Amino acid sequence: MLVYILRRLAQSLFVVGAMMVIVFFGVYLIGNPIDILISPDASLQEIEDTKIRFGFDRPIHVQFLQFVGNAAQGDLGRSFVHGESAVKLILHYMPATLELATLGLVFAIALGLPLGVYAGYRAEQWQGKAIMTGTIFGFSLPNFWVGMLFILFFSVYLQWLPSTGRGETVEILGIHLSVFAPGGLKYMLLPALTLALYKASLVARLARAGTQEALMQDYVKFARAKGVSESRILFVHVLKNILIPIVAVLGLELGSMIAFAVVTETVFAWPGMGKLLIDSITKLDRPVIVAYLMMTVLVFVTINLVVDLLYTWLDPRVRLAGETS
Amino acid sequence: MNPSRKIFWFLMASLLLWVSALQAKELRIGLAAEPSSVDPHFHNLGPNNQLWKTIFDPLVGTDDQQRVYPRLATSWRAVTPTSWEFKLRTGVKFSNGSTFDAYDIIYTVCRIPVVKDSPSRFTTYTKAAIRFDVPDPHTLIVHTSSPYPLLPVDFSTFAIISAKANSVDGKSIKFTPDGCGALKYPESAEFNDGRAAVGTGPYLLESFRRGEDIRLKRNPNHWGQAPQNETVIMKSLTADGPRVAALFAGDVDLIESPPLQDLARIKANKNMKVVQGISNRIIYIHMASGMNPAPGLAGTGGKNPLADVRVREALSIAINRDAIVSRIMGGVAIAAGELLPAGMFGAHPVGQMKPPVFDIDRAKRLLTEAGYPQGFGITLGTPNDRYINDAQVAQAVAQMWARIGIKVQVDAMTSATFFSRRNKQEFGVYLAGWGSGTGEMSSPLKALLATPDKKTGFGATNPTGYSNKALDDNLTQALQTVDDAAREELLRKTSRIGMSDWAIIPLHFEVTPWAMNSKFSMSPRVDQHTLPAEVSFAKK
Repeated sequence: MLVYILRRLAQSLFVVGAMMVIVFFGVYLIGNPIDILISPDASLQEIEDTKIRFGFDRPIHVQFLQFVGNAAQGDLGRSFVHGESAVKLILHYMPATLELATLGLVFAIALGLPLGVYAGYRAEQWQGKAIMTGTIFGFSLPNFWVGMLFILFFSVYLQWLPSTGRGETVEILGIHLSVFAPGGLKYMLLPALTLALYKASLVARLARAGTQEALMQDYVKFARAKGVSESRILFVHVLKNILIPIVAVLGLELGSMIAFAVVTETVFAWPGMGKLLIDSITKLDRPVIVAYLMMTVLVFVTINLVVDLLYTWLDPRVRLAGETS
Repeated sequence: MNPSRKIFWFLMASLLLWVSALQAKELRIGLAAEPSSVDPHFHNLGPNNQLWKTIFDPLVGTDDQQRVYPRLATSWRAVTPTSWEFKLRTGVKFSNGSTFDAYDIIYTVCRIPVVKDSPSRFTTYTKAAIRFDVPDPHTLIVHTSSPYPLLPVDFSTFAIISAKANSVDGKSIKFTPDGCGALKYPESAEFNDGRAAVGTGPYLLESFRRGEDIRLKRNPNHWGQAPQNETVIMKSLTADGPRVAALFAGDVDLIESPPLQDLARIKANKNMKVVQGISNRIIYIHMASGMNPAPGLAGTGGKNPLADVRVREALSIAINRDAIVSRIMGGVAIAAGELLPAGMFGAHPVGQMKPPVFDIDRAKRLLTEAGYPQGFGITLGTPNDRYINDAQVAQAVAQMWARIGIKVQVDAMTSATFFSRRNKQEFGVYLAGWGSGTGEMSSPLKALLATPDKKTGFGATNPTGYSNKALDDNLTQALQTVDDAAREELLRKTSRIGMSDWAIIPLHFEVTPWAMNSKFSMSPRVDQHTLPAEVSFAKK
């Protein structure tokens, strides 16, 4: 197991390095951030001084080597726009995204799993078909559009929920979270639901397929013959067996939700990392872009690792194979 | 009704009144662009500047027409051609309780060139000052190396911070243009968390949550008129759709830059209104008339047709500005004949310097005379996310030019790419905008048309090779003329020189809209700033 984790880490280090090179040179090719950041009133001399101050006058490979040197010491540089450490900036935005993605995931599971299992159970009846038709909508409706409709209906028309932004936050272990704040949750409902819709459909489809297959297995027939109640069969025996592929997929989806909740965050003006990334790209804030993408790689690698571990825990066959080898 | 019930209803009623009174005094603004810092000297940028103007004060204020008026200074005059005397307001207190005096200004000017990691410092406006004299704590004399009429305007662009609040004894500061020695200055981060956000402005900073909102509360000890709104929340709503939705949902009371396509819908709502006013921003087309060969031209036989004044005129009069204003800008723009709208300093009065008359036949004749009867090819560079409908305007211009035989390819791109390429002189012809930071005609003339020169600071945004000695000379003279009337006349003359040489194609002035709940009112500012202190309750 240890060898496995180490190998995983080595792989991810390579990915992080490659990402660093691609992003650094890619952003350099787009343009010089000073051209956008400096006040139009600045004189040629001031523009030049500023470029020198930020080190943009040096050749790109020198800039890159210096960046790598600093990165090796854990310093990913300061944001050109905000003047703060890029890592600190990302960490500032991270809790908002994490809590939104987590709540989205909870919604996705809470909605998708029961619906999917039920749809698998009633695959040939109208209930099952209706749920499956519903998931097609969940898949195909674009995120931003659903978000806008939610705002239109719940915020503008009914005025039940706030349209945008993040509400009150409470500090828990030094992290500002709004899930636990009294006025914070209502700000999260719409964006989390928007995020969850696609994933819920995914979960429902996986759960349905799994359930259909599992229902034909011998152990279900035995259980039925034994007189176990249908609901116990479905939600205990079947559910356990169909969870493995769902957990694997959800793990990946959580990663993508954290890294690419950009669209939802933009529609709801949610102050998460996605918003930071978009703003940084438009302003060519290279340190933040590089740090963000490196962190994304890290998140994906970590989640994959956790998923693999969960996998072994959930599936005795994998677990036992691991123990004997 | 029994007594206890009476009391209950009385309490309920008073509670309601109290709640509604509370709500009425809060103003929630949806910002279109977020300030990058609360530090007033960190980044010379629109969103940052409008924020510091609510927490801090400049020495000289600028009103909605960008005309100067007394703020921390009560009066100013040129004592000699190279020195200005400012009389300072007495009894002004910073929010930490320390008294404002002349040394705070020197301390501020000392800090501006040394702000760490600043992507755009305010040195542009402080570098003219070479020496300060303080005859008494409320009089400041600023010396410049040459006659410098723009000093009061320059001193309207930066916030005054307190020396004492940063435990610096003002009297001990030794000012030189190269630095003030080792003084203790606050870090930008200290402004963001509120510790150093000590100002004299109408509001106090409560909190700055990056990406979320900025909370302000009224400064009870502000020296001037108290603003009507007790608390202000500025929410960062940078995407257009969510910003408008937040207004409709009642989550904010006022939004900046509502998208043009939504204006009609907002106006149709009886609880909302749109306020709009002309801005100091000109949208123009620049031509590489002084480069040979000019990039992005085709079918010219190696020559640069833009060097010919007839070609430049033809390009300008082939554009139907009224059509652009009414069809593409939805009427929210004003056709331009020079680089600053009428009414601002150095611009011609209404009726003079009208937009060039749209005349296709004459444009064709001019092209033929210049030796291009078949026209030629142009690549027109433009940003597509910087100005209102920028890429669409460029498309319209391309079609208008096609009618006189010019084959135009529009090269639209995101502003990050555009400005880098523009500064590398990669465009033969490009569309861009210029807002006059000082509110004077000298600003666009100096940046866009004057010959680039590092020493004088001229031509910082003139990547076209255009150079006109008469224009440079007149501008130089204007910038050294302290007498306002004479300077304005010189600036007008300089503008005429540039316009009659068709050095640049002015298209239109942007009009800035704001959308708000009808409860509120504000007068639009030409500098496009949203200042909460200037938002008041609408008179019923």
